Amino acid sequence: MTGPLSPASTRNAESVWPPEVWRAPKKTVLDPRDRGGPAQPLLSVTGLVKHFKVGGSPFGEGTVVRAVDGVDFDLIKGETLGIVGESGCGKSTTARLLMQLMPPDAGRLVFDGEELGGALSLTEYRRQVQMVFQDSYASLNPRLTIEDSIAFGPQVHGLPARQAIARAHDLLDRVGLEPARFAGRFPHELSGGQRQRINIARALAMNPRLVILDEAVSALDKSVEAQVLNLLMDLKQEFNLTYIFISHDLNVVRFMVDRVLVMYLGKVAELGGRDAVFNQPAHPYTAALLASMPSMDPDHRVERPPLTGDPPNPINPPPGCRFHPRCAVAEAVCSVKEPEMAATGTDRAGARHAAACLMRAAGSGHSRAPAVAVPA
Amino acid sequence: MVSLSPALPAVPTVVARSPGYWSGVFTRLSRDKLAMAALAILVLIVLMAILAPYLAPADPAKATMLRRLKPIGTPGYPLGGDELGRDMLSRLIYGSRLSLIMGVTPVPVAFVIGTILGVTAGYAGGFLNTVIMRTADVFFAFPSVLLAVALSGALGAGLLNAMVALTIVFIPPVTRIAEAVTTQVRSLDYVEAARTSGAGAAKIIRIHVLPNVLGPVFVYATSLISVSMILAAGLSFLGLGVRPPEAEWGLMLNTLRTAIYTQPMVAALPGIMIFITSISFNTLSDGLRSAMDVKA
Repeated sequence: MTGPLSPASTRNAESVWPPEVWRAPKKTVLDPRDRGGPAQPLLSVTGLVKHFKVGGSPFGEGTVVRAVDGVDFDLIKGETLGIVGESGCGKSTTARLLMQLMPPDAGRLVFDGEELGGALSLTEYRRQVQMVFQDSYASLNPRLTIEDSIAFGPQVHGLPARQAIARAHDLLDRVGLEPARFAGRFPHELSGGQRQRINIARALAMNPRLVILDEAVSALDKSVEAQVLNLLMDLKQEFNLTYIFISHDLNVVRFMVDRVLVMYLGKVAELGGRDAVFNQPAHPYTAALLASMPSMDPDHRVERPPLTGDPPNPINPPPGCRFHPRCAVAEAVCSVKEPEMAATGTDRAGARHAAACLMRAAGSGHSRAPAVAVPA
Repeated sequence: MVSLSPALPAVPTVVARSPGYWSGVFTRLSRDKLAMAALAILVLIVLMAILAPYLAPADPAKATMLRRLKPIGTPGYPLGGDELGRDMLSRLIYGSRLSLIMGVTPVPVAFVIGTILGVTAGYAGGFLNTVIMRTADVFFAFPSVLLAVALSGALGAGLLNAMVALTIVFIPPVTRIAEAVTTQVRSLDYVEAARTSGAGAAKIIRIHVLPNVLGPVFVYATSLISVSMILAAGLSFLGLGVRPPEAEWGLMLNTLRTAIYTQPMVAALPGIMIFITSISFNTLSDGLRSAMDVKA
């Protein structure tokens, strides 16, 4: 099998006449593993649920933490989807569920038209989906050299050791680390930024189509963070990747992503194109989250805290809308009726914009709700 | 299939390599003067055991009732004579053989079995973990000396049974350490990352878990050798290990205990040997611990 994602093959493809044929579906058509075409979501998540039991004993039922409580979204091929939210909202649990590092209690994952567990085996799925973890030190085995860490995955999938090492050197070069200097080193000899580059190379060694970046740059200092973000953008083009970018840093998310998914207490609060969400947030929680971003302009300094209090306990989430105890525009109906995702429009790029707020749902009983539903 | 890109650059032939973890440990250990002194003493004791027939000036079993309990320095008896007039120096030299075999052997055996059990329990978790660890907890209910005495009493006196009893005594603590370290390592991101690559449990344990678990368990096991030496001597002292007329330090302490008032120096000699060996193992273990206690 030849490498489909190398820059060389990209250049060859673009030189084919007429160029227009190639330009429009550029990101997806080049991948021979593509099955459903550009319209088919790369990953379709339906009803993802994970509850953790805590404090249980053999003699009694413990309480249940609703870490992820019914998450649905479609991931478009070639996009970067940002997942944002406060600590404890279920971002990382979602990532681990998508990666199948823990079994979900419910939910379906459909990868490029094939259901995981059905037409698609877990082994095959894991070849195509990889993850970069937050803690660059803990995610590298301290007893393995850099090249062995990167080469481990391909070797598991049957690549001979010599070729796997060659591939590791190739990838080290692509993430900006000179193989001759770094391949034989151990993780503790490198800086945080260098280690995170290695973790990225390790994920890419499997030649994935989807990379989940779980707070991948959060632990780095700002200058290194910028370098790694630029590297991620370059690699996305070069390897034709789709990203799920999980972060609590809204500035970084705005820089990186095409669409944003806002999570609150294990549920999706809002999903839409980046500009739509950042400029016209449809959910009061998103608005509050955006207002909490420190302004660079002293004249626009936020004087009042946009959000008060901690998020409610996910062991016992409030009835109705989970955000209503902290919401500035909550009404009586909000503590009774649980909001569904309601469309609020489409942005210029055609991305659907929707929010789980009764203000957006026609006929919900909220005084600000529209009379007629916005067509999805 | 994981594919290689066609634009693969030539593999660089010269790669700067860092020294591995274990070579670093040995470098640091070799700079530890106290640990090196302990190691030198242990090497001497082991050589003494191996070369006993060439070193011993007399037959350790030859009794002469006329020359009982000679003091240290008696001509022909450099370290005196025991209660049956046997040459103490020869008996101490020969005694190192059985004492070392009995004291040291249970530890590596318990290390292997305990590590297998502990890593299995730690990695598998759930029901298997409960079964293995609760069984180990049963053994913790008894003090180790009492357990060793009870087990070798039940198995019957004898060298092999005493060693089996000591092995059983040391398996639960090794299991517990191995399980604790494995549980900790298993939740680290690099093991999760290995799982995302689709590797099986056996491969993950071999490459990612074991190399990071063996170090701490190994250090703990070396510290058990000194305990094991003392317990082994104790079993022989109580008549549950080696039987007379074999030379073994614990047994010699027992048979000489009646002479503690007439020849206290001679009677104390086997105890001194046990003490020196035991503290040397302990010092070496401490040195190993600090040599291994670095990042990575």
